[in-house]
Amino acid sequence: MMSFPDVFKLPVAEVIDAVMDWLLTNLDPVFVFIREVILVVVNAFEWIFTTTPWFIIILLVGLAGWKLLNSVKSAVVFMILMVLIGSFGYWDLAMITLSLVIASVVFSLLIGLPTGVLMARSDKAERVITPILDAMQTMPSFVYLIPALMFFGMGKVPSMFATIIYAVPPVIRLTNVGIRTVDVEALEAAKAFGATSRQVLFDVQLPLAKPSIMVGINQTTMMALAMVVIGSMIGAKGLGMEVLLSISRIEVGRGFEAGISIVFLAIVIDRITHSFSEKNNKN
Amino acid sequence: MEEQTHESQHQNGDHREVQITIRNLWKIYGKDPRRVFQNKALLAKSKDEIQSETGCIVGMRDINLEVRKGEFYILMGLSGSGKSTLIRALIRLIKTTRGSIVINGEDITKMTADELMLFRRKTFGMVFQHYGLLPHLTVLDNAAYGLKVKGVSKEERYKKAREVLETVGLTGWEEYYPTNLSGGMQQRVGLARALANDPEILLMDEPFSGLDPLIRRQMQDELVELQSKMQKTIIFVTHDLHEALKLGDQIAIMRNGEVVQVGAPEDIVTNPADEYVEEFVQDASPAKVLTAGSIMGDVPLITYSWEGPKTALTLMRKEKRKAGFVVNQKREFLGVVTSKELERLIAEEPGLKKIPHQSILEVESVTEDILVEELFPIAVRANFAIPVIDDKRRLLGRITADQIFESLTMAEGGAS
Repeated sequence: MMSFPDVFKLPVAEVIDAVMDWLLTNLDPVFVFIREVILVVVNAFEWIFTTTPWFIIILLVGLAGWKLLNSVKSAVVFMILMVLIGSFGYWDLAMITLSLVIASVVFSLLIGLPTGVLMARSDKAERVITPILDAMQTMPSFVYLIPALMFFGMGKVPSMFATIIYAVPPVIRLTNVGIRTVDVEALEAAKAFGATSRQVLFDVQLPLAKPSIMVGINQTTMMALAMVVIGSMIGAKGLGMEVLLSISRIEVGRGFEAGISIVFLAIVIDRITHSFSEKNNKN
Repeated sequence: MEEQTHESQHQNGDHREVQITIRNLWKIYGKDPRRVFQNKALLAKSKDEIQSETGCIVGMRDINLEVRKGEFYILMGLSGSGKSTLIRALIRLIKTTRGSIVINGEDITKMTADELMLFRRKTFGMVFQHYGLLPHLTVLDNAAYGLKVKGVSKEERYKKAREVLETVGLTGWEEYYPTNLSGGMQQRVGLARALANDPEILLMDEPFSGLDPLIRRQMQDELVELQSKMQKTIIFVTHDLHEALKLGDQIAIMRNGEVVQVGAPEDIVTNPADEYVEEFVQDASPAKVLTAGSIMGDVPLITYSWEGPKTALTLMRKEKRKAGFVVNQKREFLGVVTSKELERLIAEEPGLKKIPHQSILEVESVTEDILVEELFPIAVRANFAIPVIDDKRRLLGRITADQIFESLTMAEGGAS
């Protein structure tokens, strides 16, 4: 077989490297600013979750299960799962992970909701954004872990940066789809009564797209949680770090405990965020 | 490129002021519709020819109409005839390609977005086929939505909304959500929302098409009554000739994006402009137009299959009836039970808790979409009124021989 001719080699890697160099030397203050903002938010969540006594958090989780899912059984199961996490000795790490996830979701929504709205309102924007979202979801996360590391150094911030890139597409996509599939006549009705495009957005499109948006938020949350293990490779503490340590020390049992704690956390978070969309569907 | 305009429509000497004037209105979908206008030979060709030669689809072709103040104006045609496009063009939910729409002296096709917004607020109310309600708002908030858009204070708009909800007979339902309401009631909310703005012009896009025949007729009657009080200009889209004849002062019949005839109901029935209209009007023979659903009446007495013979007989005697339609828990029609049979049961098998199967006579039933014409042979054979059922066999109403005759004369009265 003939080998692929070298002449066609495009210098993509070189260009990217050059761009990275340029960004690092010239836009450092921007990255410092982003870093500080992310840190403030994630530290605030971390403070809330680590200073609140464990039994209060377990009670709140139970309450959420009872009130939001309307089921005492769910409440009891949630509380048992949380107690199990504590019994493995991972309570503090779980809370750190939780605060990372929640902070990532907050940023994802801040970016994702307006982007989704933009995408729904302009076909051109949809054409441009869709391939970017595809790339964000399929690009192996390690590829952007490295530049994240270079921009923000080790620790929570690059990990969250990578988490946001990975987790933001669902909420964007589902906001877009939700708004685009809003009942045409409801939309026409609002316009016929002389609603401004802002009124159309807030009175019709967003409320009617809410169930879909809620599913997006649920998906985003779950993906953020899935990213936690990978984020720990660049220094984010939490359950992911524990998994990573046990892999490197070949401690199967410890790895399993940490892994199952992530699963328990995922179940609780998934059911609670899922209940938001269910609740809206019923109305 | 001025085409000759249609002859003036109001030969009947209507001197009301013209409120809406549509001149040479075109809507062409597709890439670069200007091509079509540059080629005069092409313009004269049919919709299909234009489509195959340019790829452009003609949605509306050279429409000329005048609507007078206070007129109940019907746009009628089959689906794809351009009637929904036209009603949307009036409020510019669809942008037209050529021509003008002058409403109260202002050309709506030339307005800026802001002018259009203000014009919609003060001039129009619109009612939609599938109601177009906002499911997350209560009935009251839905009815008040047009006023909210205008920036009317909460107190004032709720007051007005309560008034219009009373007008459409929905008092007591203010705090419910649309999904809790039946189709007919949801459309009342849609109507209330349109009326709350006190619009000069009411646009109604097949408002009753989605409703059960009985409810549809009731809503039509109420709309006629309402219109006699409020005297608004109403543009009403329908594909139902009977509805058009019943409601309209003027009817414009559309086909393939063109208006083929405009006239008062009697003009259209007596002097159809071409074969297409004639075909429509031929259908005006009531037996060929009216459906079982549109003439059926309420069932005066329903016997429930779980009732005991004694209960059933008592109720039957109270209503002075000789027989009753029997339904089960799902309201599915089972058949007829006669008072004689009930008396026999009570005498011969006392203590029966419910009416046994074999006592229920099977009778021929019809669905609501069957034509009156087809009812004749059934009526001749039948010993009882004809039950009307839906596709799940649920009992909707009944038709007596008298109702059939009455429907024939009634429809003729409406059309002439």
